[in-house]
Amino acid sequence: MRVNGQERRPPSGGRRLLSDYLRHDLGLTGTHVGCEHGVCGCCTVLLDGRPVRSCLLLAVQAEGHELTTIEGLTAPGAPLHPVQAAFLQEHALQCGFCTPGFVLAVVGLLADNPQPGDREIEEAIAGNLCRCTGYASIRRAARRAAAAHREDR
Amino acid sequence: MSSPWFGRRVPPREDERLLRGQGRFTDDIPGPAYECCFVRSPHAHARILSIDTSAARALAGVVAVYTAADLPFGAQDLPLLIPHPSLGHGRTQRCLASEVVRYAGEAVAFVVAEDRYLAEDAAELVRVDYEELPVLIGLEAAERATHLVHPDVPGNRAAELLQEAGDVEPALAAAPHRRRLQLRFERGAAHPLEARAVHAVWDAAAARLTVHDSTQSPTSIRGGLAVLFGLPESSVDVIAPDVGGGFGPKIMLFHPDELLVPFAAMRLGHPVRWTEDRAEHFTAVNHERGQRHQVEVGFDDAGRLLGLDVDFTHDAGAYTPYGVILPIITAASIPGAYRLPAYRVRFRALYTNATPTSPYRGAGRPHACFVIERTLDAIAAQLGIDRVEVRRRNLISPGQFPYEVGVGWQDGNRVVYDSGDYPRLLERALEMIGPRPPGAHIGGGLSLYVEGTGVGPYEGAHVQVLVGGRVVAHTGVPSQGQAHATVFAQVVADQLGLTPADVDVVGGDTRRFQWGVGTFASRSAVTAGNAMHVAAGLVAEKARRIAARELEVDPADLELVGGEVRVKGAPGRSLPLAAVAVLANPVRYAFGGGTEAATQFVARERPGPPLVGDEHPGLEATGYHSPVGSTWAAGCHAAWVRVDPVSHRLDILRYVVVHDCGRVINPLVVEGQIQGGVAQGIAGAYYERLAYDAEGQLRNASFMDFLMPYATEIPEVLIDHLETPSPLNPLGVKGAGEAGVIPVGAVLAAAIEEATGLAVSEMPLWPQRLEELAAAGGHEPA
Repeated sequence: MRVNGQERRPPSGGRRLLSDYLRHDLGLTGTHVGCEHGVCGCCTVLLDGRPVRSCLLLAVQAEGHELTTIEGLTAPGAPLHPVQAAFLQEHALQCGFCTPGFVLAVVGLLADNPQPGDREIEEAIAGNLCRCTGYASIRRAARRAAAAHREDR
Repeated sequence: MSSPWFGRRVPPREDERLLRGQGRFTDDIPGPAYECCFVRSPHAHARILSIDTSAARALAGVVAVYTAADLPFGAQDLPLLIPHPSLGHGRTQRCLASEVVRYAGEAVAFVVAEDRYLAEDAAELVRVDYEELPVLIGLEAAERATHLVHPDVPGNRAAELLQEAGDVEPALAAAPHRRRLQLRFERGAAHPLEARAVHAVWDAAAARLTVHDSTQSPTSIRGGLAVLFGLPESSVDVIAPDVGGGFGPKIMLFHPDELLVPFAAMRLGHPVRWTEDRAEHFTAVNHERGQRHQVEVGFDDAGRLLGLDVDFTHDAGAYTPYGVILPIITAASIPGAYRLPAYRVRFRALYTNATPTSPYRGAGRPHACFVIERTLDAIAAQLGIDRVEVRRRNLISPGQFPYEVGVGWQDGNRVVYDSGDYPRLLERALEMIGPRPPGAHIGGGLSLYVEGTGVGPYEGAHVQVLVGGRVVAHTGVPSQGQAHATVFAQVVADQLGLTPADVDVVGGDTRRFQWGVGTFASRSAVTAGNAMHVAAGLVAEKARRIAARELEVDPADLELVGGEVRVKGAPGRSLPLAAVAVLANPVRYAFGGGTEAATQFVARERPGPPLVGDEHPGLEATGYHSPVGSTWAAGCHAAWVRVDPVSHRLDILRYVVVHDCGRVINPLVVEGQIQGGVAQGIAGAYYERLAYDAEGQLRNASFMDFLMPYATEIPEVLIDHLETPSPLNPLGVKGAGEAGVIPVGAVLAAAIEEATGLAVSEMPLWPQRLEELAAAGGHEPA
C-alpha cells in the first residue's frame, strides 16, 4: 500500500489493525486511538481520499490503496496545509489528541464537497469527538477552511 | 511593571506541533517494548477462590503473567493519598486483587507479552474462579447496609463529618418560611480522549528508571515509585509528555498499571508499555459526582436566606484512595455566592460496589451548585418572586471581602473568599442573555457559582537565560491542553523584556524540575504561574546586577527591554541579555556561543573572585509560590433552551457565561477552557450517564451507549470576563480550568423545568427520564 505517497511494506500479520500498523509499524504516531470501536474519530485517516476509521480496518484491507495520515498533509518544516492553518488560526484544539482526526475529516469533506454549507460542515465533523474545546473553535476552523478552499478555486 | 504580554490573546505555541501530528503522547514513545493487558474482575463483588495462569504463561509470545502472589508489594494496600480525621474507615485496593474484588473492572492479573494482541489472547486464558458475593449499588442500598462492601466497615460508612456555621436550628425555627428538598446527582465520568498510558524503561547498569505516564502528577508518581522500589528519588524520572486530556482522573495515583509497568520493566530488563483501551477505562478509571442531598432551608418573606441545613451522602465507590476531598469540597461550596446566616452540613461517604470516585472536573462543586441554586429556585417559586430577584437579595456584596463562610476547605484552612463582585456578574449575565425567545416549550435557567481555586501547597519554577539568548522555563506541573507553554511564557517574557516566542516552557518532567504537586483543581496558573513570575523576577534582578557591573551603573537604573539590559533613559548604553547570560558564567574555556567574553583574560579585570559575592553561576533562578489560601473565582451562567414536547430533544438556544478568574493572562486560553467546560457540563446534564445495574455491571460501557456529545449538540457559548484581581498572589490571578462545568447542571435543571413543567430534582436527565417523570405525574406544584 502507499502511505503518504510512499510504498510501504505490508503488515506483519492478518489481524494487525490499520491504526496499529500506521502507529507502531510505520511510526506514524500522529494517528491517535481514542476508543478502538469506531466512535471517537481520533484514528481518522484518508483512504483513497475519503475519511475512514483506521481502528475499524485491518491493515491488510488497506493493501492496494492510497492512505494519507496527518503527517502526509504537509512535509516537516513546510507550510501547513490550509485546513491545518485554519485550525491554527482559530485555536481549534487544546490537548491535540483528537485534532488529526478532525483535520482529516475536514480535508475529506472539502475533497468531496468543495462548497459545503454550515450544516454540511457540522455534519462532517459530527463523527469526531473532542473532550477539550467544546467544538465552537473547531466549527469556526472548519468554516474558515471551507471559505479558504472556495476562494482558492 | 509594564506588562505587554499579560492579558493578550497570544495564540498557543503548542498548537502547530500538534496539528502536524508531531505530538508525543505516552503511547507514541518509539522503540520496542513489551505490551500488556489486564485481567479484570467481571463481578462487582466476589471472593477469588483461585487464579490459574498456567495456560496463559504457556502461550507463545507471553513474557510474564503477574498476580498479587508474584509481586513483592502484592500484599500492601495502595496509599491513601489524603488522610483526614473524618475518614474513620478509609480503605484502598491492592495493586492486584487476590482475595476479594469489590467492583467490576478491579484488576486481578497482569499479562506481559511481545505485543498487545498476544497479551489479550493470554488474558483470556487466565482462569479465575470466583464466589459471587452480594452487590451494593447506589446510595440508598449503601445506606440500608443490608450487607457490607468491607466487612469491617459498619454501615458502609467510610467517613462522616458535621460542620456548622451559626446556629441552624433556632434560625430555621424562627424562619417565616421553610422548605425541604431532596436532590440527587448521579455518577459521571471524565473520559479524556487519550485514555491512560504508561511506558517504563529500566537501565540496569545505571540503576535508573524512566517512566512516561499520562498523569496529572508526575512528581508524586516519582516519589511513590522511589519508595515502592527502594530507589533513591534521584534515580527515578517520571515524565508526563503530551497528555490527551486529564479532567481529574489522571491526578489519581496509583492506578495499578503505574506500579506494574515499571515493575515489569525492572523485572524483565526490557521496556514495557501499557495503553488502556476505552472499554477498560469505563470501569478501571475513577468516576465522580454521585450524591444525595436532604435540604431544609428557612427564609423570610423577601426570599432572604436565614438558615440552611444540608445532610448528604456521597458515593465513594469501593475504595477511598482520594480520601474525603470530594464531599469536603461539596460541603464548602454549597453556600456559593450567597450570605448564609446559619449553615449546617453533614455528610457521610458510603462504600458501594462500583468504581471508586475521585475528582472529575468540578470536583464536588457541580453538585453543590445544584443544591443551592435549586434551593433558591424553590424559594422563588414558593414566594412568587422572580428567580433573579431572590438571588439579588442574597448575594454577598463586594464590600464584604474577605468573606468567611465558616466551614473547612480542602487545604485544611477555613473557607475565606478573597475577592469578587457577584452582583456585577449577575447583572452582566442578564444583559447578555437577553429576553425570552419567542415560541412554546422554552425555559430559562440562571446560576451563580464560586470556585475555590489555586489550592496549595505550592508550585515552583526554574527560569534560565541560555547563552544564545533563549529562555527555558521549567515547572513540575504538566499540561493536558491548558496551553501552559504559552501562558507561562507570557509571564516570563514580561519579567525579562522578551516575547513568549523566546521562552521554551517544559512542565511535568522531573528531570527538569523535581518539585511540585500537579495540575488539578484549577491551580496551575495561580501556583505555577506565580512561581514563574517570581523566578523570572529573580533572573531579571540578577541580570541587572551583572549588567550593572559591566556598564558601571546602579542596578536600579537598568531595565530589561527588547532582549537587552539597558540604562533607563539612555538606550544606547545596553547589553544584550544573551551577553549577560555569558557573563553570568565565568569560564576557563571558550566553547562558542560568545563565551570567550567570559574567559579569564578577556573578562573585565576584577578585584575579587570571578563569581562575585554570593552569586551562583548562570543567569537562572528558582522561585516558588505557596499560597496562604485558595483564590476564589466566580461566575454566572444563563441559558434559554427549548425541549421538544414529543422527542424531548434539548436545544440550547442561547448560553452565556460571565466569568471572573481575576486578572486574565490569556483570554483565548480562558475562553477555550470555559467553552470546553460548559460542553462537559451539558454532556453530564443531558447526554452522559453511567448506567449501573443492580449487579454492579456498567451497562453502557462504550461510546456507542455513553453518549458523549458531538459538535451537533454543543452550542457556541457567549463569554465575557470580569476581573477582580486576587489580593493573594502577585499576578492577581485565580484559576479557570474547572469553572465552565460547575453551574451547568443547575442552569439546565431550571431551564428544563420551566420548558417542560416537570419538577427537576436530579441530574443528569435524558429523554426517557423526562418521560418517566411525566408519567409519574412529576409536575411542578403551583
